[in-house]
Amino acid sequence: MHEMSLAESALQIIEDAAINQGFTRVRTVWLEIGKLSCVEKDAMSFCFDAVIKDTVADGARLEILETAGQGRCARCGHEMQINTLYEACLQCGSYGMQVVAGDAMRVKELEVE
Amino acid sequence: MCMSCGCGANGVFVRGKRQSGKTGAPARFRPHAAGTPLKDNDATRIVRLEQDILAKNGAYAARNRELFSSNGILALNLVSSPGSGKTALLVRTLQALKNTRSLAVIEGDQQTDNDAERIRATGIEAIQINTGKGCHLDAEMVERALRQMRLPQNGILFIENVGNLVCPAAFDLGEAAKVAVLSATEGEDKPLKYPDMFRAARLLLLNKCDLLPYLVFDIALAESYARRVNPDIRIIRISATSGEGMGEWLAWLEAHQKESNRHAPA
Ligand SMILES: Nc1nc2c(ncn2[C@@H]2O[C@H](COP(=O)(O)OP(=O)(O)O)[C@@H](O)[C@H]2O)c(=O)[nH]1
Ligand SMILES: [Mg+2]
Ligand SMILES: [Zn+2]
Repeated sequence: MHEMSLAESALQIIEDAAINQGFTRVRTVWLEIGKLSCVEKDAMSFCFDAVIKDTVADGARLEILETAGQGRCARCGHEMQINTLYEACLQCGSYGMQVVAGDAMRVKELEVE
Repeated sequence: MCMSCGCGANGVFVRGKRQSGKTGAPARFRPHAAGTPLKDNDATRIVRLEQDILAKNGAYAARNRELFSSNGILALNLVSSPGSGKTALLVRTLQALKNTRSLAVIEGDQQTDNDAERIRATGIEAIQINTGKGCHLDAEMVERALRQMRLPQNGILFIENVGNLVCPAAFDLGEAAKVAVLSATEGEDKPLKYPDMFRAARLLLLNKCDLLPYLVFDIALAESYARRVNPDIRIIRISATSGEGMGEWLAWLEAHQKESNRHAPA
């Protein structure tokens, strides 16, 4: 389950921010998880709750913002919303939509004290 | 940096008001609140980060890639489910190439040194990374392994990832290409079930083709599914047991190795 190491990376970003920006407690964490990012939202929540124990983010609430996948057809340039990597272009029928949005995994914002 | 407007590195922050918590109502995300004055009646503030969770892995991967490039090394990341034949293919490949170029292998498994032992039996240096409970290699693990081994100057480094069609897809190790192995015993629709991996791979080795006469496996269907996910993927039908397709795979390696050498400083 790679969500565990991704949750650890997210925590590390938060811990670095705690040092750089001088806060001691995190109340809320907003993560952006793209629909096409190969992260399972529930697995991420589960792992996040596990890794924050006894850290500056202990007890923080996790808010996951899921962003939609957006693809551009490699052949005809048509842009459309996609939910998988193997959807055919609605305009020309070819496969291989290039991902233009919805594959990000980001720590967006924190609410801290 | 904020992805919506490019403002501020590392957190322009705003004094924020706590949205909820006591009430149990979900805190709303306030897109782009930077600079917006909020009521100053609570001890909390908002810190804007906008940081990519994979950025640290990406930085290690970039360092590895730089090391490969300056030493003219073609680094390949072999990915598949457990048992597709990565190690068997590697053993056969190393035997075919070992007299003509420098080679090395990094083996990733949760436990045991078995695969590294199978590699070493060919006379090629292999370093084993045991990830414990980890389900994939990351770029930092590879960096640590690289520091402990002799680099195959102007040669090929094979990195056998942990057998898993999901997790290794997200982690760049600094390789020139991911090579996915899918065996004929696994079912045709794996590319659709695990699209991230087949999208990320440059080459697909369809292994265990010696078994095709005994299986119900529509190889053309498997190939068309792989191309649905990744129209540019190169596919080679191969067998580590019979040696079928080995010539085509060795030619692919040769072509890509020339490419890596060309990029290396003289
Ligand atoms: N029949 C047949 N068996 C193979 C082939 N390649 C690998 N195997 C067998 O498949 C099993 C798993 O192979 P291994 O190399 O350990 O897979 P890995 O987990 O991907 O490294 C072993 O028993 C191999 O002998 C092949 O091309 N044909
Ligand atoms: Mg193996
Ligand atoms: Zn199109």
